[in-house]
Amino acid sequence: MIAGLGLLVGITLGLLLQPDVPLWLEPYLPIAVVAALDAVFGALRAFLDGMFDDRVFVVSFLSNVLIAALIVYLGDKLGVGGQLSTGVIVVLGIRIFANVAAIRRHLLHA
Amino acid sequence: MPERQSGRDRLLGALKRPGLRGQVTVAALLAVVGFASVVQVQSHELNDDFAGTRQEDLIQLLDSLAAASDRAEIEIDRLEETRSSLRNDTDSNNAALEQAREQADVLSILAGTVPSVGPGVVITVQDPTGGVGIDQLLNGLEELRDAGAEAIEINNSVRVVAQTSLSDGEGGVIIDDQQLAPPYTIEVIGEPHTLNQALGFTGGFIDEIEQPPANGEVRVKEVDDIEIATVREPTEAEYAEPVEEE
Repeated sequence: MIAGLGLLVGITLGLLLQPDVPLWLEPYLPIAVVAALDAVFGALRAFLDGMFDDRVFVVSFLSNVLIAALIVYLGDKLGVGGQLSTGVIVVLGIRIFANVAAIRRHLLHA
Repeated sequence: MPERQSGRDRLLGALKRPGLRGQVTVAALLAVVGFASVVQVQSHELNDDFAGTRQEDLIQLLDSLAAASDRAEIEIDRLEETRSSLRNDTDSNNAALEQAREQADVLSILAGTVPSVGPGVVITVQDPTGGVGIDQLLNGLEELRDAGAEAIEINNSVRVVAQTSLSDGEGGVIIDDQQLAPPYTIEVIGEPHTLNQALGFTGGFIDEIEQPPANGEVRVKEVDDIEIATVREPTEAEYAEPVEEE
């Protein structure tokens, strides 16, 4: 309940404040969002499995975001930023799909 | 709580009983995710095409723009060159046209196809004894031409040009098939003083008219503003052709 409220509060804040993305954050934000989504879906799946641990969730969330940003940063420095970003998005996308499939099995039994 | 709880039950339980362990942390992180997602979506929608573009892509874009502007500048140079050459052509065409127009003016005055005005002399020849003929008139015309006469008209009805013919007729002279009777008024455009001088020397036109056998009478008046209104139809050369100059 509180978790769902938190999500709503975040979205509302974003809509109300409409902050400008700082220039240095611009390449990292999209990847970080996708990585965070991956962590969220992973946590939801773990919760449904009965293995949810908030400490694990916090750590996986932060590390996901950090590693995603790091990979993009490294890619930019190496001159393959575009390709690495694509790779990260693909991997995270696959994981999100796998997690969502597990969640679907739990909730819909299908 | 049952031993084997299904995932669905667990989710419903969590929704029903807030304050379960760790929910606040999860809520905070979810708030961050929601916030970041919305911000990213909005900035992506707000920004134009180039804001999210990477450095190397921007450099490539800049390069292609620079190349395009180089090409455009070369094109501008080429077009400006064309324009100036066209302008030169127009200038020289205009100059040629101007020259041709001046020449046409001169020639049309000489050919008598246009009315003319200018300073000159008016010569009145009285012929009380009928002794004045084409001999005297022809000599007079020759002298006038020699003195630089540019346009000559007799009796306000005949324009004297290169093709003009004179012959004696009944009670006067026939000039260009027109019968003219004395007194003859000859209007001449040219330098008035020179024309006057040309008529007056010993044995010249005035002497010829006023002495036997003509026994006429001549008056010469220098006028600042003579108007010669008579014109001739331009005559097409039937046999003569201009020689083309290379």
